[in-house]
Amino acid sequence: MDLNTKFTPKSWPDHAEQATLEGKNKFVGIWIFICSDIVLFASVFATYLSLKDKGPAGMDISAAELFGLELAFVMTMLLLTSSLTSVYAMYHMKNFNSKGVLIWMGITVLLGLGFLGLEIYEFYEYTVHEGFGFTHSAFSSSFYVLVGTHGLHVIIGLVWITGLIIRNMKRGLNLYNAPKFFAASIYWHFIDVVWVFIFTVVYLMGVLG
Amino acid sequence: MGHDTHVQEKSVAQYEFNRKKNAVEMRKQVVNFAIMILFTFIAFAVVVADFSPYFIKPVILLLAGVQVALQLYAFMHMGEKKAPFIGVINTFVWLGAVIAFTFFLCFLTIIWW
Repeated sequence: MDLNTKFTPKSWPDHAEQATLEGKNKFVGIWIFICSDIVLFASVFATYLSLKDKGPAGMDISAAELFGLELAFVMTMLLLTSSLTSVYAMYHMKNFNSKGVLIWMGITVLLGLGFLGLEIYEFYEYTVHEGFGFTHSAFSSSFYVLVGTHGLHVIIGLVWITGLIIRNMKRGLNLYNAPKFFAASIYWHFIDVVWVFIFTVVYLMGVLG
Repeated sequence: MGHDTHVQEKSVAQYEFNRKKNAVEMRKQVVNFAIMILFTFIAFAVVVADFSPYFIKPVILLLAGVQVALQLYAFMHMGEKKAPFIGVINTFVWLGAVIAFTFFLCFLTIIWW
């Protein structure tokens, strides 16, 4: 069967994203990638925790003074909501509603862009107004590496999903693009999983001191 | 690559049943999302409310753990037994968790010994 076979809502398989061998392989592949990413994030998390508030003698910036909760709260809400919107996209994929998938994936990208904008604003505030640059201390380096690695994942996810939307704008759903959308949504949920730990460990526990 | 795919036209009853089932599942996902938002609120609230750090730290870590479990098992379908290679996936995730735990154990104990 050709991957570009046209479907109707009635002939659309229940698990279209796993209906082909390629889809099954993509599913297990994205998960194995995520497992290696878990290890990557564990290493930068552990580095951050061991270097928190550490730096040259007489260092005047600590996590408790630096971090604010307002921005972190808004960023958390944006990213959590974008996780739900990608679930909506997958719901429309099950119902063979190509437009629904594109619209909800588009909303996911917009929320992700909002998150990214706030993160860039936050980094700008810290480096320019607080004098907390990357080379300020061991604490600042480990903070930027941890949160920046997550930010890089967000950028990659945004480029990925935007590319999927543009390329599949007129194609309609088929067994070629269903696994692609599904893998992107799994990746996007993982970004949210990492952020849950970042806002808890970096921001909430940072404010506690 | 579509050689192993068997496509079958559904009956009207089956089609309508599936649509209803999908809608019910989506409603459950919205409930899961509401729980996550609620937990996020609680986590920020206990920090703002200025309780003792010995109370706050375990509570917010526990809330984060539940949120992550919801993401993995509800949104990312890690608990779906019929998904392909789900055993492989679970093995890798738990192995990743074990390695992650080793990192924390190592970095938080021996670095500033």
